Amino acid sequence: MTGPLLEVAHLRTEFVTGGAPLVAVDDVSFSLAPGETLGLVGESGSGKSVTAFSIMRLVQPPGRITGGEIRFNGRDLLTLDEEAMRRIRGAEIALIFQEPSSALNPVFTVGDQIGEVLRVHGRATRAQARTRAVELLEAVRMPDPAHRVDDYPHQLSGGQRQRVLIAMALACKPSLVIADEPTTALDVTVQAQIMELLSEMKTQFQLSLLLITHDLGVVAESADRVAIMYAGRIVEEGPVRQIFRSPAHPYTRGLLASIPGGAPGSRLQAIEGTVPRLDQLPPGCSFAPRCPSRFDLCDTAPPPPYEVGPGQRARCYLHRNR
Amino acid sequence: MMPLLDVRHLAKQFSRTRGLFGAGSVLRAVDDVSFTIEEGETFGLVGETGSGKTTTGRCVLRLIEPTSGEVRFRGEDVLRASRRRMRELRRQMQIVFQDPYSSLNPRMRVRAIVEEPLIIHRLGGRVERRARVDELFGLVGLDPALADRYPHQFSGGQRQRVGLARALALNPSFIVADEPVSALDVSIQAQVINLLQDLQQQLGLSYLFISHDLRLVRHICTRVAVMYFGRIVEMGETGSLFASPQHPYTRALLSAIPVADPDARTPRLVIEPAGIDSTRPLREIADGHWAAV
Repeated sequence: MTGPLLEVAHLRTEFVTGGAPLVAVDDVSFSLAPGETLGLVGESGSGKSVTAFSIMRLVQPPGRITGGEIRFNGRDLLTLDEEAMRRIRGAEIALIFQEPSSALNPVFTVGDQIGEVLRVHGRATRAQARTRAVELLEAVRMPDPAHRVDDYPHQLSGGQRQRVLIAMALACKPSLVIADEPTTALDVTVQAQIMELLSEMKTQFQLSLLLITHDLGVVAESADRVAIMYAGRIVEEGPVRQIFRSPAHPYTRGLLASIPGGAPGSRLQAIEGTVPRLDQLPPGCSFAPRCPSRFDLCDTAPPPPYEVGPGQRARCYLHRNR
Repeated sequence: MMPLLDVRHLAKQFSRTRGLFGAGSVLRAVDDVSFTIEEGETFGLVGETGSGKTTTGRCVLRLIEPTSGEVRFRGEDVLRASRRRMRELRRQMQIVFQDPYSSLNPRMRVRAIVEEPLIIHRLGGRVERRARVDELFGLVGLDPALADRYPHQFSGGQRQRVGLARALALNPSFIVADEPVSALDVSIQAQVINLLQDLQQQLGLSYLFISHDLRLVRHICTRVAVMYFGRIVEMGETGSLFASPQHPYTRALLSAIPVADPDARTPRLVIEPAGIDSTRPLREIADGHWAAV
């Protein structure tokens, strides 16, 4: 058994805008084995995208990584110089963005844009790039790839654009793909096709996938393990079956219960209240103000992760005595 | 009994011009759409991007003028109503928009946003309006003490409550809810859906609920119509439609819903647009269940 491909330990990313720094990612640790899919789930502002950008070292000022380690293939990405990091980005770790329309450059053909990735990383000459681009478009099931390669992004549908982004991500055969809400902007039938494509590509290219999403349905179908983020922290983590069958954190339970699916017309189990602002986090557990199981300990300090089952951990004082 | 809303053969065409001398083409955004909504009902209109569901909702309220067809509200022909009569009808028919971020004027305090319809329709004096706004805030679960803030000081879910309070200001009986929760986080979606259901019971509202989210539609709607390329391809009681979908598009749509259960793998059906005969009329295949098959 080889070690993990990616190991994030105690990652902390802050944004400094005048007053006290806002901690967008706080003590986040997880690992990803070769060939594994980890679903990183959270609502807006939970820190899941900042986590992804931190791994790619693409956090822009006033954001800054202020602590932790990101070990990828044995190297600590946080200690690499910018040149070494540039060689990893796009070649060994690729990122697929949420908005297929804004992630592509409108004035270049899709062939040019796929080719650029290959040429920047020295994987193809200008002449070879076009052939490789057609092959990659074919791999992502683009209809009529030999002609589509000369299309501009506006000539393609949303689903086709997402296929182009996946082709670009796969161009240099990375070992890790981070997909940030890859299907959120797409219609449900197209979403199903793209998720199917991603899982096929994962097998074919032997990828590990960090799948960032707010959709627990997508996670249930595609991920091996799940990490649930809330207000910058991973509040629960574990194998996908375990999390869906026996969620340990009240937030995870609330999220699962709020999915419509019970008797039609019945009341949905809403989580009351709203996500706290990062500059107004409570001193204890961030979820405490909305938590139905809150007790005195919850307001003291943020709970550490407790082992709640095989491979399952939850940051919740309910599990302190196990 | 007369339905609350009766839509017949509704059509909206947009013409696209091609250059200065090129022949234009016609886009049939809504194509021969007919349905009824009963008092107290939640009628769902589902479909994907470009299916015409939003255009249908706007045509019903005449926020977009339909090309042809008929819209009757409590028997009255809405499309032939005078400007003056239309204003009166709008007190009965309101809309809640999808995006709580762009549908509220950022330069107005939320009290003024909710009060505005009352001023436009000259309802009550200053004191009565103030009391009404406080009442509306209570109705949608917002603290009236927050009424003097601006929209940016509210979260997405709270803003959608403000939009709902504004829609309710004139005491309507019918609300077009156009993707009312799709911009909200999952945990907040449930709050707003519960609120919509509570208000329906309390105030006897009827909803035209427009959504792309089939899980939500199944939960909240009594009847559902599925739109595809401007036409209704299937319509029926929610239970019947979800249990035995007849149209190939409905089947593909249902099979594409991700299920939040790692052990429930459903086979995906693929839809080939070319394989669908879009001229086929709806026919009744079971009691109240219609499909274009």
